[in-house]
Amino acid sequence: MRAWLYLIAAAIAGAIITTPALIVLILMGGSFNDALVAGLATLMLASGIAVVSMRDIIRCGLAMIVCFLALAGIYVTLGAPMVAAAQVLVYIGAISVLILFAIMLTADKSGAGRLTFQTQAAPAAIAAIIVFVLVGVGAYSTDWTVAASPVRIATTALAQLLFDNYVLALEAVSVLLLAAVVGGVFLAKREGGE
Amino acid sequence: MHLADQLDTYLTLSGALFAIGTFGFLARRNAISMLMSIELMLNAVNLSIVAFGAFIPTLKGDGAVIALIVIAVAAAEATVGLAIVIAIFRNRKTPLVDEYDAMRR
Repeated sequence: MRAWLYLIAAAIAGAIITTPALIVLILMGGSFNDALVAGLATLMLASGIAVVSMRDIIRCGLAMIVCFLALAGIYVTLGAPMVAAAQVLVYIGAISVLILFAIMLTADKSGAGRLTFQTQAAPAAIAAIIVFVLVGVGAYSTDWTVAASPVRIATTALAQLLFDNYVLALEAVSVLLLAAVVGGVFLAKREGGE
Repeated sequence: MHLADQLDTYLTLSGALFAIGTFGFLARRNAISMLMSIELMLNAVNLSIVAFGAFIPTLKGDGAVIALIVIAVAAAEATVGLAIVIAIFRNRKTPLVDEYDAMRR
């Protein structure tokens, strides 16, 4: 019985997520690219809201993976497939798994039924809406001198930049990652030396 | 109707994701939920960086490189942040941040 409920819920969620894409495609006369961006954006925002609002934290972690995957799709439509690949490898492959492990290591014994949000949830929502309005107004009121459509970046050009102009940053990041790994192991290891 | 060919679309999307992350960071009680919200905010900023790199001709390529470096720094941040959360959890036996009140008493 429960499997059917999950199936119906999944169908409803899929319908909600594909609706904006279909509206853009059919009613507003957009191209397939527009519909793709609309669908991915809806998926990203819906799973992002799920990340911050769901009660079960494991499900929050899984919704975060969906959010990162949709964002990787948006990177591809923006003409940056290399960044999308790095997003999938680093965020979905590494950071999400790390976070899921941390969730399971810090599982709360009392489990569900406890308060998910702080008492300042309502002011926090107001602050978030203010941030969104400020960013949106700033984006729309500024006259950016931009290209007519996203410019695709060749991977060769990207590698040239990364290992030529930005080589100092690249080396600094590698040292930072080493320091972070050593620091993480030091912080998370048990005291008393077993 | 050129949704995919406008910088404003991506900047608004980035702002929305950043706002969601802000709400999660301010409102959730679980420390790991707060870290996940920080990841959402980092991703929102990364989206706007990639969008600027794709749309502004003088930034050709720079946006993608900066985004890659931000992703690497975010990985370092997640490592240290989760290690700190696990270390605190080992001492206090709870992941809820409002019960970390050792410096208030």
